[in-house]
Amino acid sequence: MTVQAAAERRGIDWSKRRSLLIEAGIVLAIALFLILIVPALLSGFRLNLMGRFLALAIVALGIDLIWGFTGLLSLGHGIFFTLGGYALAMHLKLQIPPTASSQLPEFMSLYGVTELPWFWKPFYSFPFSALAVMLIPALLAALLGYVIFRNRIRGVYFSILTQAATIIFFNFFNGQQKLFNGTNGLTDFRTIFGVPVNNASTQFAFYVTTIVFLVLAYALCRWLTSGRFGRLLVAIRDDEPRLRFSGYNPTGFKVLVFAVSGALAGISGALFTLQTGIISPNSMNIAFSIEMVIWVAVGGRATLVGAILGTLIVNFAKSLLSEKFPDIWLFFQGGLFLLVVLFLPDGIVGWLRTQGVDLVRKLTGRNRVATYPSLEEDPEVDYERKNLGD
Amino acid sequence: MNAKILEIENLTVSFDGFKALNNLNFSLETGELRVIIGPNGAGKTTFLDIITGKTKPTEGQVRFKGRNLRNYSEHEIARMGVGRKFQTPRVYLNLTPRENLELACNRYKTVFASLLKRTPSAEKRTVSGLLETIGLSHKADMKANLLSHGEKQWLEIGMLVAQSPDLLLVDEPVAGLTDEETELTGELLTSLAESHSIIVIEHDMEFVRQIARGQVTVLHQGSVLCEGTFDQVQSDPRVIEVYLGQEIHHDQPVSLEDAPQLLEIVEGADPETPGTLQGDFAEA
Repeated sequence: MTVQAAAERRGIDWSKRRSLLIEAGIVLAIALFLILIVPALLSGFRLNLMGRFLALAIVALGIDLIWGFTGLLSLGHGIFFTLGGYALAMHLKLQIPPTASSQLPEFMSLYGVTELPWFWKPFYSFPFSALAVMLIPALLAALLGYVIFRNRIRGVYFSILTQAATIIFFNFFNGQQKLFNGTNGLTDFRTIFGVPVNNASTQFAFYVTTIVFLVLAYALCRWLTSGRFGRLLVAIRDDEPRLRFSGYNPTGFKVLVFAVSGALAGISGALFTLQTGIISPNSMNIAFSIEMVIWVAVGGRATLVGAILGTLIVNFAKSLLSEKFPDIWLFFQGGLFLLVVLFLPDGIVGWLRTQGVDLVRKLTGRNRVATYPSLEEDPEVDYERKNLGD
Repeated sequence: MNAKILEIENLTVSFDGFKALNNLNFSLETGELRVIIGPNGAGKTTFLDIITGKTKPTEGQVRFKGRNLRNYSEHEIARMGVGRKFQTPRVYLNLTPRENLELACNRYKTVFASLLKRTPSAEKRTVSGLLETIGLSHKADMKANLLSHGEKQWLEIGMLVAQSPDLLLVDEPVAGLTDEETELTGELLTSLAESHSIIVIEHDMEFVRQIARGQVTVLHQGSVLCEGTFDQVQSDPRVIEVYLGQEIHHDQPVSLEDAPQLLEIVEGADPETPGTLQGDFAEA
């Protein structure tokens, strides 16, 4: 029996490895398709949109991680997204040609600031800024998370707290004209690494960078959610108090996931800023954070692929509809969300994985009646079959 | 071997003035199987909540292997070796039985160990063995929400064993099980009792009769009403009174001579009689 079990286990490992390789191949193929083929198919404007939405897909992955897998509905990812955006934008604003009359970002001179605030100074360095894009949101999330989770605040109270935090940050950034140009945000970027930011080729480089980061983020999320850690996240989602009695302390797991999710949001915000050319406190408004959650819900919670797909579908629908029906497109968005909640509670990918598979089987005539495994494998049933005839 | 694994002294727990447990004293020898019975609201579940750290005592103390549990949280107490099975089976429904057992079996329960350590093959073997013991080998890799109620009960007992605790707290393990499943569960608990200390909370008297080898404790209104063997407890007039309530007490004062007669009522021999024990249990 043990030999058999061992072989069985090895078999499972084999098929796991193979399916992992296939998945990696598919991801790579899609990435190459996006990099090599899509630019030829889309106009420059659409390609830029594609790049922005792919950047947004990274924050959606983060939300899927914290909400879809761990069951914590964060309605405050706009904070982390915006902080990531600001971190990179501050670096960009400090790319001032030495010949310029003022060595300060222009809005500072406007508000009468004469000396660069101390916390702006490290952002001269690109490596620092790049790290800050990830670490500032991650540390903030870890800190917030630690306080919240340690006190066993869960469910709707967690969501409300994240909303409250969003309002606080929005008001703070909105009010700081001298430090962050207030409600106008940081915009009008000129160069990065000495290259003009708004060049077609630079923008294409941003597009490729976004795809690379999206692939990396996807790989990270897959790794986190596939092994024992991932099963623990699901266990936290399904019955957290129970997990304590199994000897696990959920706090650490939740803090880590929240921090990773925050870091992904930061990266997303930075890449989005590069491609839109502006970051402002507007992306910290509550509606935007809720929109992120909608993308994931539409695509399918706890599927990862769904988060990416949902982001692209909702955002492209939004941009197309708002061009065609500028007055009423918001109704479409609301309608789409209602439709998904009512008819596809597991989102598009969730539906595809369950009913979708059945539908294809039915259409192709390969309908298989699924039986409860016990009928197939129950030793007693098996015994009866062999000894008592069919 | 005869050291006390669990000692509870003068334990009082009050929720907004209501005393769920009232000056309770209790102790359990290492290796003992103890059954705790008591009518609804006697404080049985609070009793388990206290031992597992879910609720903190208002007064008094709980010592597990000599250590006062007051300053430990649930997961720390679980790691010390206290395992708990809940009244309604609480397994992780979106994981497979194998994964459920692996979670419980895992020795390294910190964040980074869970992230980086691979499951040792010894653990995998333990899990396979357990799956066989609880009869779920052929359903090991389907989601646990597809299991029947009885299978979930067994899976949770399996998880409890996988955790390899020294003290098992089992809350109504046979609620909602068929007679056959009940008997098998009893056998499983009896065999577990050979190497563990176990506290079983139960309503089903037949089942108590099956598994109670040694002492049975009766809880009533947050205190220990009496302790003794199953037969002693069953014929104790105070127990009968507690279970049968006031009505019968007023009609026919209980004396020890009446005990055998009353016992028939207690065991539900006459379901027509209002206020019988069976009726009380059914409500539970």
